[in-house]
Amino acid sequence: MSIDKDTARKVAHLARIEVPEDQLDALAGELNGILGFMEQLNEVDVDGVEPMTSVTPMRLKRRTDVVTDGSQQDKILANAPDAREGFFAVPKVVE
Amino acid sequence: MSGLNTLTIADARDKLRSKEISAVELTEACNAAVAGGDALNAYSVKTPDMALEQAKAADERLGQGEAPDLCGIPLGIKDLFCTKGVESQAASNILAGFKPEYESTVTTKLWESGAVMLGKLNMDEFAMGSSNETSAYGAAVNPWRRQGSDAALTPGGSSGGSAAAVSGDLCLAATGTDTGGSIRQPAAFTGIVGVKPTYGRVSRWGIIAFASSLDQAGPMTKTVRDSAIFLNAIAGHDAKDSTSADLAVPDFEAALTGDIRGKKIGIPKEYRLDGMPAEIEKLWNDGADMLRDAGAEIVDVSLPHTKYALPAYYVLAPAEASSNLARYDGVRYGHRAKLQKGEGIHEMYARTRAEGFGPEVQRRIMIGAYVLSAGFYDAYYRRAQRVRTLIKKDFEDVYASGVDAILTPATPSAAFGLGEMADADPVKMYLNDVFTVTVNLAGLPGVSVPTGLDSQGLPLGLQLIGKPWEEADMLNTAYALEQSAGFVSKADKWW
Repeated sequence: MSIDKDTARKVAHLARIEVPEDQLDALAGELNGILGFMEQLNEVDVDGVEPMTSVTPMRLKRRTDVVTDGSQQDKILANAPDAREGFFAVPKVVE
Repeated sequence: MSGLNTLTIADARDKLRSKEISAVELTEACNAAVAGGDALNAYSVKTPDMALEQAKAADERLGQGEAPDLCGIPLGIKDLFCTKGVESQAASNILAGFKPEYESTVTTKLWESGAVMLGKLNMDEFAMGSSNETSAYGAAVNPWRRQGSDAALTPGGSSGGSAAAVSGDLCLAATGTDTGGSIRQPAAFTGIVGVKPTYGRVSRWGIIAFASSLDQAGPMTKTVRDSAIFLNAIAGHDAKDSTSADLAVPDFEAALTGDIRGKKIGIPKEYRLDGMPAEIEKLWNDGADMLRDAGAEIVDVSLPHTKYALPAYYVLAPAEASSNLARYDGVRYGHRAKLQKGEGIHEMYARTRAEGFGPEVQRRIMIGAYVLSAGFYDAYYRRAQRVRTLIKKDFEDVYASGVDAILTPATPSAAFGLGEMADADPVKMYLNDVFTVTVNLAGLPGVSVPTGLDSQGLPLGLQLIGKPWEEADMLNTAYALEQSAGFVSKADKWW
């Protein structure tokens, strides 16, 4: 599998990273280099092997379904680049 | 008093308890070392006043007797740990100015033990790198230099600032984090001890996430004993981290008897790489001899899927990173890009991330987005997860055969020069993790111990890999190795 300029543009969009048009070819080249390295994985026989989802066998703990935290609006907004009237502020989303 | 900053935790603890020194004196010595160590670029933030406040409180507590081991011990904290009210940026511009409103579990435990914070430590951006060169603060510098050269060397990465600070005596010990080798490789490059605990041994809560199934915090110290003391303070279950293990934590320091008679140490043949430098090979053989002389049995073992660990890691870690780093969108914290007229939220997201993330982080996020995207998920991500299962099984098979620990080199080379890899293929930098990354994939504990110098006078380390939850036994073997190797060299102070 190889990444061309269009795929690089699509990947940049998926990642929500602005990449100037004139840098897409270089990006495609870099990504191809890394993916080429990963191609080695195709040599491994993985038939019947379970994909690992947890490195240590563990059952997630349960807890009582009650509120344990909250009422920290000021702290949550303290680092926001733009916060107004108790909300995060962003550019207009809906026309 | 001078030179207190060169103490080990164990010695400082004893002197503090016997009132030979005070925590304030110790902290003042460290603050002075930090202030004089700018050439190492190890600290991104210095907190000398906070340190003195904590030291005064520690002295009071020591005066009342029964203080914890770390009471009054000055530490450096990797920038990846959230520290309340103190900049925590993961060495990234995207978190410029971020001051957490909360404290990570690890640092909470340290402060509760009476430890003192000297400041925040440099690292690769979001812990993605092996040389500290991806940091938004510029690279940290290794206190060590090649004989007869003043070329600046990397302290390794990603915990490069931690390694430089501990090695250069700019703190007594430091926190690190290890996703693919980020504690052990820099420890080896700077002649110190670094421990990656079993996945789940130490809470990840409040540590800025890179790859959540691989990340683990651990100590970076001057000796194995100091790592044991440090790990005692930070290990244990935390309800705020659902992957932290609810298991009893043994006394790691008490396990350091140095008696390893009858222990079976495995030497994995797959780690004997083609073109491995003769010095590394000799270091490894010498280490095996030392353990044999101490009464251990050395056996050859096989970890057949070793070769596939790095490619699997470079699928899985970026996949998890692309998901974890989606939160940096310019809305809740850190940097937000300025917009032109007519631009909206989509431009804000994409430009904020383009401006805020450095090139290596962008590269990994995009690789992650690609391997998780429709049509490629099975070919890359699921396949890598399957290979991860096989890598873990390799270790399980070896341990099931009666082996207690595995001995390998920590790194394929000594520290390299800053800038030396600048034009290299990214994959070449990734090869730094070749001996360490398997341990993260299998969730095992690992420790890097300095055991020798190369022909240019640079430190080299060996790695011991333990069984899950058997850090105590692993550290005892590391202690025996440390005793035999007798590595006491320090970098000549040039800064």
